[in-house]
Amino acid sequence: MKHETYDIIVVGGGHAGVEAAAIASRMGARTALITMKAATIGVMSCNPAIGGLGKGHLVREIDALDGLMGRVADAAGIQFRLLNRKKGPAVQGPRLQADRKLYQNEMQRQLAQIELLDIIEGEVFDLVQESGRISGVDLQDGTRIRAGAVVLTTGTFLRGILHFGAETRAGGRMGDDASNRLADRIMNFGMQMGRLKTGTPARLNGRTIDWSRLELQPGDDDPVMLSFLNDRPQARQISCAITHTNEAAHEIIRANLAKSAMHSGNITGSGPRYCPSIEDKVVRFAEKESHQVFLEPEGLDTDTVYPNGISTSLPLDVQESFIRSMLGLENVEIEQPGYAIEYDFIDPRALNASLELKEVPGLYLAGQINGTTGYEEAGAQGCAAGAAAAAAVLQREPISFSRTSSYIGVMIDDLITRGVTEPYRMFTSRAEFRLSLRADNADQRLTEAGRAAGCIDDMRWSLFQAKMDRLQAGQSLLESRKFATAELAKRGAKLNPDRRAKTGLEALALTEVDFGMLLDIDETLSQIDPVTAVQLKSEATYAAYLQRQDRDAESIRRDEGRLLPADLNYSEIPGLSTELRSKLESRRPRSIGEAGRIEGMTAAGLLLLMGASRRAAA
Amino acid sequence: MDTIYALATARGRAGVAVIRISGPMAHAAAERLTGPLPEHGRGLRLVRDAAGEVLDEALVLTFAEGRSFTGARVVELHLHGSRAVIDVVLKELADAPELRMAQAGEFTRQALESGRLDLSQVEGLADLVDAETEAQRRQAMRVMAGGLGQKADLWKRDLLRAMALLEAVIDFADEDVPVDVTPEVTATLRRCQQAMQTEMDGVSAAERIRDGFEVAIIGAPNMGKSTLLNHLAGREAAIISDVPGTTRDVIEVRMDLKGLPVTLLDTAGLRESTDAVEAIGIARARQRAKDADVRVHLVLPEDFSQTAQGPNDIVRVGRSDRYDIDIEGVSGLTGEGVDRLLTEISERLAARTLGAGVAIRERHREALSAGIDHLDRCLALVSGMSETLDLAAEELRLAVRALDTLVGRVDVEDILGEIFSSFCIGK
Repeated sequence: MKHETYDIIVVGGGHAGVEAAAIASRMGARTALITMKAATIGVMSCNPAIGGLGKGHLVREIDALDGLMGRVADAAGIQFRLLNRKKGPAVQGPRLQADRKLYQNEMQRQLAQIELLDIIEGEVFDLVQESGRISGVDLQDGTRIRAGAVVLTTGTFLRGILHFGAETRAGGRMGDDASNRLADRIMNFGMQMGRLKTGTPARLNGRTIDWSRLELQPGDDDPVMLSFLNDRPQARQISCAITHTNEAAHEIIRANLAKSAMHSGNITGSGPRYCPSIEDKVVRFAEKESHQVFLEPEGLDTDTVYPNGISTSLPLDVQESFIRSMLGLENVEIEQPGYAIEYDFIDPRALNASLELKEVPGLYLAGQINGTTGYEEAGAQGCAAGAAAAAAVLQREPISFSRTSSYIGVMIDDLITRGVTEPYRMFTSRAEFRLSLRADNADQRLTEAGRAAGCIDDMRWSLFQAKMDRLQAGQSLLESRKFATAELAKRGAKLNPDRRAKTGLEALALTEVDFGMLLDIDETLSQIDPVTAVQLKSEATYAAYLQRQDRDAESIRRDEGRLLPADLNYSEIPGLSTELRSKLESRRPRSIGEAGRIEGMTAAGLLLLMGASRRAAA
Repeated sequence: MDTIYALATARGRAGVAVIRISGPMAHAAAERLTGPLPEHGRGLRLVRDAAGEVLDEALVLTFAEGRSFTGARVVELHLHGSRAVIDVVLKELADAPELRMAQAGEFTRQALESGRLDLSQVEGLADLVDAETEAQRRQAMRVMAGGLGQKADLWKRDLLRAMALLEAVIDFADEDVPVDVTPEVTATLRRCQQAMQTEMDGVSAAERIRDGFEVAIIGAPNMGKSTLLNHLAGREAAIISDVPGTTRDVIEVRMDLKGLPVTLLDTAGLRESTDAVEAIGIARARQRAKDADVRVHLVLPEDFSQTAQGPNDIVRVGRSDRYDIDIEGVSGLTGEGVDRLLTEISERLAARTLGAGVAIRERHREALSAGIDHLDRCLALVSGMSETLDLAAEELRLAVRALDTLVGRVDVEDILGEIFSSFCIGK
């Protein structure tokens, strides 16, 4: 081994691991990414899509921190769609289908370019712990690698079990070994563990699908990229197709339920309600005669197709017969059967807001190991954990992720204060400040903080500044131009035509007014480019709501700013109920804000904590 | 910091009622009612509503920032302790955009935040808030048993359903969810909003049942008002003399009238007066009479037919022992006609209690009113499911948040739970 001492070690080369390693090295930390198989870095082990609702927001936030997922996905994107295009900018989510191979190659290419990053192949056998602190890892071959902090992103590899019908096999995903030894080590820390399950559908051979009989779903005419750096697709664009399950398929599934791992009682973990297996769908929604199935090509030069919507743990022969009962799939060949996977996760309430284990300093966790699901959720945690670990080792101010300013903040706060009962996935409805946490302004929310932390390179920083200048200029121009109300009313704005003229910004705030209408009236506005115009319209639309949200955000920030000492002795606070005391002792909230979100917290309890917080500050 | 207000003295009848306003906008908000106030000082002010009508005369204390109990700028309105006055002033304050009603213990919390309390005071406060919370819980239990709980449950179910529909369309756009949920959302929210409106309309009647009714005895000077009151009260509550204008203030007697708590008010003889003190008494009498639930007019026989008779007015010839006529009269001196008068009063009051809803707190009324407003805006935004769906969902969230004292907190997990149980998500 050439390098045996690093600032940061990242264990695992999945979506969390690559972002953690990349951001730490961007910040200037010498980083080692240790993976069992370097060739599998950047593999998309589930469906070949990135982004979506809530998820697209996360990717934009990763990108705003100069992360990899958005850029890599854009390079691999073969079908782009902006979801909720017509439902208001705050809930629009960019999504794309990716060519698996392009994605994997591009990810590996980008990682290889990072100067301070070494990729090391090997199995982490144990963690090195010195006076309580994690200071490195031991590999199975006996090599010891030291570091200031370790980020674990081992996904479903902890006691992972695959289920094909009644058949079970240990492993993280098809073709990989589960790391049970590391799992044992982690269990010895005495953390609360939980068990989850998830499933994946069979992969089909696209050449055996009768595409001509299926409804095709093309991408958007006006594709929206995931990264702020890109403005058009790089790969050839394709369509997906849609087929449906039917009564015959449901009948086959019902007749074979006993053979399903999920339904025969072989699986103990809880699965996600938003991604049920086809067995679950047929049982729970028995009245539905049909469920839609999206046929998503996995790439441009492969025939493999991912049938989204029919994840299953039925035996192969049953899978084959119900799939072949569907339109267009009558003669389909299964390349790889669907399966269910069960795995351990660590109760994320054991983590602090840096995603560091409270009881094991120096050890950070990110991704599925924390009970989440999804590439985007994993990548976002990787960014947060990698940045926090690097900041700690380099002795810099960490980036602070708050519910008021990012989906990353919402996710981390949900995880560490509420824990997980099913694989955690992001939805826009989880963000109470949804109107201000838009995909279009992720850079405005995070890039500056990223620059301060040292993870934004000069190229992105100058692009960002140019964008901010354009917005600023557009805003000033709009503010300086007056629009007669009669003029606006004539074009369909609902307002009293006798009122005083409105500034461009005031006019844009009206639902019926769009930028084009103003441009019609006043052509000096053509100085504002279309992208900037769209964003100015969003900001004007939400201005009134944002003021209210700002007030709420202010009170949250105030409560987040009231810190509770990590070593606060709750038994010395008189008047706290035993129940609250034990909850506080196990959670050790960092702030009054965090304490307030603990279930069962009372107003009186918070007051006592505020007293304690003040005393500690004095 | 928000500017908050609340009645600081115990609710119910007392000589003086104190309404406290605390926060950066305290002076500005109070000045709408009282006119200019000193930054730190005290003075006597007429309290007027937005239309300029005098509500009461109050001693007003103002405290500059850093020199008050809460540490913030504070205004205290020391009003006459009548329910009518308190209610009308509280309603005025509720309409002020810069104010919101204080939550339990919030003044003290402000004091804590601005560093005005030491630790032992904080602990004392926690006890107090605990006790208050416990009192509220018990109060809520009583209300729940009385039916608000059931109604609130229905509202919650409706609101949750509507939220789930909107959020499903937003968060699961790519999935097997209905494309247009407008009809169901609209119908659900309208139903819910209507039920809330009905409830809110009943709030004042319900408050009456809790706080008691007011019955004012009014009429020209020397019509025997005080004699009648003393007869009913069985003691000399009002000073009676033959000099007109003896009763210079509002005199009140609480009694139980056929099971209803009633406060009888003897008002100063209504006439123009040059005596400044009496003039204030008269103004107050007019106000109280206007606000009373039932007004008993004592008149001369010749005025009987001309006296206005609204649903809350009862007209009697006063001092009927002096006349021998066939018009309904009442005499406090002989007791003539008293039973019939009491029966009629109780019948009128009983009729008013029929509309009583179960929402009984001013706080409930505020919550309902805010909730209804947000639902209005949500309904307007949702029609057509246009490009403002995110704003419609936001208004619905705000409505639910405004109502959370009534329906309990609605968590995002509740909404997701409703979505996942209604729709087959997972394409």
